[in-house]
Formats: sequence, C-alpha cells, structure tokens
Amino acid sequence: MTNARLKPGDVIDGFVIEDLAHVGGMARIWTVSRPDIDFPILMKVPVIGEGDDPAAIVGFEMEQMILPRLSGPHVPRFVANGDFATLPYIVMERLPGVSLYPLLERLPLPPDEVAAIGAKVAVALDSLHRQNVVHLDLKPSNVMFRESGEAVLIDYGLARHVHLPDLMDEQFRLPYGTAPYMAPEQVLGTRSDFRSDLFALGVMLYFFSTGERPFGDPQRMKGLKRRLWRDPQPPRARNSAIPPALQEVILHCLEVNPAWRYPTAAQLAIDLQDLSAVKLTARAEKMKRDPLGMVLKRRFNPVPIETVRPQAAEAQLSNAPIVAVAIDLLGGTPELADALRHTVARIIENTPDARIACLNVLKINRIAIDTALDEAGRNKHVMRLVELRNWASGLKAREGAITFHVLEAVSPADAILDYARENYVDHIVMGARAESSMRSMLGSVSGAVAAHAPCTVTVVRNRPRPA
Amino acid sequence: MVSDDLVNAGNAMRLAILSDIHANREAFEAVLAAAAAAGAERLVLLGDIVGYGADPEWCAERARALAAEGAVVLQGNHDEAVGKPGATMNATAAFALEWTRRQLGAEARAFLASLPLSAREGECLFVHADASAPASWNYVLDAADAGAHLAACEARVSFCGHVHRPALYSLAGAGKVTHFRPVSQTPVPLLPQRRWLAVVGSVGQPRDGNPAAAFCLYDTESAELQFRRVAYDVETAAEKIRAAGLPASLADRLAEGR
Repeated sequence: MTNARLKPGDVIDGFVIEDLAHVGGMARIWTVSRPDIDFPILMKVPVIGEGDDPAAIVGFEMEQMILPRLSGPHVPRFVANGDFATLPYIVMERLPGVSLYPLLERLPLPPDEVAAIGAKVAVALDSLHRQNVVHLDLKPSNVMFRESGEAVLIDYGLARHVHLPDLMDEQFRLPYGTAPYMAPEQVLGTRSDFRSDLFALGVMLYFFSTGERPFGDPQRMKGLKRRLWRDPQPPRARNSAIPPALQEVILHCLEVNPAWRYPTAAQLAIDLQDLSAVKLTARAEKMKRDPLGMVLKRRFNPVPIETVRPQAAEAQLSNAPIVAVAIDLLGGTPELADALRHTVARIIENTPDARIACLNVLKINRIAIDTALDEAGRNKHVMRLVELRNWASGLKAREGAITFHVLEAVSPADAILDYARENYVDHIVMGARAESSMRSMLGSVSGAVAAHAPCTVTVVRNRPRPA
Repeated sequence: MVSDDLVNAGNAMRLAILSDIHANREAFEAVLAAAAAAGAERLVLLGDIVGYGADPEWCAERARALAAEGAVVLQGNHDEAVGKPGATMNATAAFALEWTRRQLGAEARAFLASLPLSAREGECLFVHADASAPASWNYVLDAADAGAHLAACEARVSFCGHVHRPALYSLAGAGKVTHFRPVSQTPVPLLPQRRWLAVVGSVGQPRDGNPAAAFCLYDTESAELQFRRVAYDVETAAEKIRAAGLPASLADRLAEGR
C-alpha cells in the first residue's frame, strides 16, 4: 500500500508530512503542516492490508463521514479527507498534551478530581449528542483537553450519526467497542442510544475512583454479556474515601437498563458539578454486591433493556429537558403562582424525564456589602428555600427530578440568565409581573430574560377574567 | 474532498433530481422553485412525468421546455404506457392512463415516447427503475434489489425513482449492501470508495406517510446528497383530480402521502 511508503518530507494534496507520531493497530498518525493552516494538524492514515480487520476500513469511512459534520470546542477541527483511490486519510486539528490514558498510572484519584473530570467529559458528550452523534467508544485514551480546559472527544471510528447511514451496523454481526466500557445494549448490538456513552463514562468514573474496572476486561462474548446480570462491587466497598453522592452518580450511569440511567449527559453534568446537590437513593448506600439468589434470578429473567430506535434517539434527548422555573415569591399574585405551577405540571406530564430547577432570586443591594453569611441573611435564604418547596409541593415528579435554588444577586434577570447558561438549561418558565407602577419603574424581568436567554422561554400570564 | 471553509466551492455542480411527478403541477412547481432557491444548476427528471394527476399536458410541456434548456429527462412506465395501450397496470392506474391519453396533445405524446430509459453523466447513472433491466420497470424495494442494480451497472452513484419512498443504498467492494432511510435533510457524504444508489422520493405522489413533495440535491464536487421535502398546495392538486372525474382515491392519498 501507498501509506507504507509515506516518509517525512512527502507532500500529499499540499500537506507536508513531518513526523510519525503514533502507530496504532488501525491507523498511523503523522504530524503534518500546510502553509494556509495556522493551527497544529495531524494526518490519520488507516493501516489497510491483507488479513486486516475489515472493520478498520469501515470505521475509517465512518470517521470520514462524521467528523466533517461536527463542530464546537469538544471535537477536533476537521480539515480534509483523502480519497481511497489515491491515499485514504483524514487531516484534523492536533490537540495539545496527552489523553486521560496516562492517568491510569496513578489510580485511584481523589473523588473531587474524578467528579471534575467527569463533569467536563459529560459536557463534551452533551455537545456531541446534540449534534446527533453517539460516540460508542468512550474511554480514557479517547479523551483529551484543550488548554482552555474543555474536554475533547477523539476517534469517531465506532461512532454513529443518527441522521446518516450506519455502515458499521449493516456490515457486521459482532458488536464493536472496547470491552471494559461497552454498555449492555451495545453488547447486544444497539448502536443508536445516546445513553450508551453515559454507561461508558460511568465505567471511567468507577475505574478512576477505585483503581479497578467494574466489569474487568473480558475478551469473549460470554464475558461481555455478564454485565447484563452481574452487578459490580459498589465503589465505596473498594474505596471508603468515595462519598455516597459520587457512588450514587456512578451506579446511576451503570444501570443495565438505559431507561434507568441519566436521561441526558447534561443532567449528569449538573450532578457531577455539584455532588452536594445529588439526591441520594439506595444506590448511594449499597456496600455489597447483590445476593446470589437475585443475580441468578436476573440471569434467567433479565433486566429489560429499553433502548431507542435511531429515529427516536433525538426525541429521547429532547424529552429530557432541563427546565428552570423562576418563581417570584414576593411580587406575584397567588393566581400567577398557580398558573405557573400548572404550566410546570404539564411539562412534567409531557416529559417525565425533565429535570426541574426551581429558582428564586434573593435581591441584594451590592454584592460587596451584603454578607450572605450573617445570621439574618442565612435565615432569609433558608426561608426562601422553604417557600419554594411549598410552592412546588403539589408537583409530582420522579425522585430527585425537582431541585431548589435561591440565587443571591443584584439583578434578577442576570441571575436567571447566568443560571441558565451555567446549567445547560433548555427551557426557562417564569411569570410576567402584573401591570403596575413597579414594572414601569423597574422594567420587565421576563422581557429581559426572553430577549437574552440561550434557550426557550415561556412567560406565564393570567388571562383577565371576562367582564 | 476538502472542507467548505478551506476551499472556494464556486465551481461545484449542483444537481436537482426529481422523479415521479405524476401530473401534479402544484408539486412540480413547488419543487422547481425549491431547487432554484437551493442553487441547483442542472435538473434531472427520472420519469413518470404523467399518470394519476390532473395536469399531464402542463407537466409534459414543462418537462419538454426544461429538456430544451438542457435538463436530463427520462421515461417512466407511465410515460411509456401513454403510447403503448394495453400495458399491464392496476385498474385505477389504467383508468387514469386512459384519461391522461385523452388530455395530451400530439407533441406531448411524441415527447414522452421519445424519452430515453437511462442516462449517464460522469460518475452518475440516472434511470427510472432498476438498471439491470430498465424496460422491465422492477422496483428497488430492499437491499437485494439494490444489489441487483449495483451488479448490473458500473456508475459510482446511481439515482432511480419508481418506488415513491426515499432510500439510500451503498456497497463497498464485495461487502453487503447497506440500506438507509433518510430521517432529515442532513447532507449525506457519498464516500468515494463506495458505490451508491439513491432512490429519490416522489414529487407528485409521495407514499412514505409525508405528504410533502420529495426530491434530491446532489453536489458533484463535495459528493454530498441531500434528501429534501417541500410543502405544496395539496388541496388544489386534489381538487383538480376530483373535478377531472379521476378516481377520488388518487385525490385523497395526496393529503396523507400514502
């Protein structure tokens, strides 16, 4: 093959070959340059020869198909594809530094570090999933970081774009993936569920915080299938330094049934960013594996795998929005508070996987002078939280889906907007302040939020009663 | 193939590929407008210009004018049957054909009879039904049918119609034929190392549950294929079919795209 003869100094389609940076089982990576490109780039050339795994070629085709369609800080920038007829290659941005792989030398990591890395990877997955791509090979060696801190996911050889033909699925019978990280449904051949990536991230978090892989590194189908019925040792049983909240998050990601995992990477990211707010369930307290009787029962009576068809993958994501409800506890009328609650109840009814953050802004005069920590301030804060819970008491949602937050800020509109940006909010729901002298003096908070929000905004208003 | 932001894509050739217009003037006009708006430089009509709908004369004349301006226009089984009474068809289609024949002027009939069954341009092959026997009007309904087509021709990229439901098949070397049902307008790169067969949907009588008119855009430079849908005035087209005394089922199905 032509690629065996590539050497430094060769020029291909204007790209000057520099150094051989990496030789892998499926591809060689060369550092290259082209005068008109002002960022570091590399060329990936597949190793194609007799007796090679045909999946390597199809994987390379998939990457050629998917990478040009991705954008944003969480993927390497695509530059060019080379034709198979002459020399197959992909030229893309070369990221600085190394992957998470060398980290495996110093496991276990402190829980805070695990959560911080996990949050960054979850944010990157959210960006990928919103571009309709499931990675399906998430593992430490496929995660890199920009100097600005964002996680970058590399290697799309096993990935699936749910709007494009899946050459991998059509061509092969066996499941492809990396054994320790593969989700149960992926083992069974499903290639279109975004939540498979959340399982793989759960395996990474487990590995980082305990130093052990939850399901080992099985080499055969029988061993891969074990994860369908055999639960892993709970992380805290391996490392007592792991807080219950982190175990809760890890085991939530490792649920066998995708429908029991986090519905979206964004919802996982908010939990990893603030472990103190994670709602603890029985998962957090588990200290032993399930008893043998239960495991046997599961083996013959398997846990359901409620996965989604490629056509429904996008809907599964959009059916799990992060919703921020801004509740005005002082200025609003009881009718408006009721109308707001009805609107939120309808959202929960239509999208049961929604996550609802109830917000109230505690207005302070100037950040520097008000000390939120003095006694009066703390009391006010706690009282607002109680009022928020009271407002939401009629709402029925799945456990842990509703959270309460009192934001202290000078400008309510800015506080709501900042919260929406930092927490990947898809939908803001808020009441319109009634027509009053206050509104004309202060301007409309909902108007300012609607004008600048990064997402959908619903402004709830009471219809005047007919005369 | 180089990414858009790094190369001036000015000399790319954009093809608009239309099939199964079936005398639906409203759908035809809407698709032509959408193709022009999308910057299509060349039109390809894969046949079945007439049959079923209420405007055979207008559609045939429009196709003739487009052909005179350089469009590729092929013959479909309904176009052929206009000049060949006795072709086997179901009762509704036969009734509509009988009616169609009476509506068409001599020039339009001669034009339809003169159309070729297939055309080849560069790496593209255009044909109404499958290429293994174009005159037999075989449907490409699954990967096996697509395999027969791909085995019978050499073109890297083929386009056919006849089925009224969009699909895309591909084949690499001696591998398995892959099948894909388009779910959005996301452009699909027709990777150069594979061979592809696109079944473009129907302009005038879609049957995949979506009443919007279907067509394809293909960029020969970037090798990207886009399955497009366009809303059109279904009600007028259906009303004309009823007013013409054609079977009501031909009018009713338009609103449901079945």
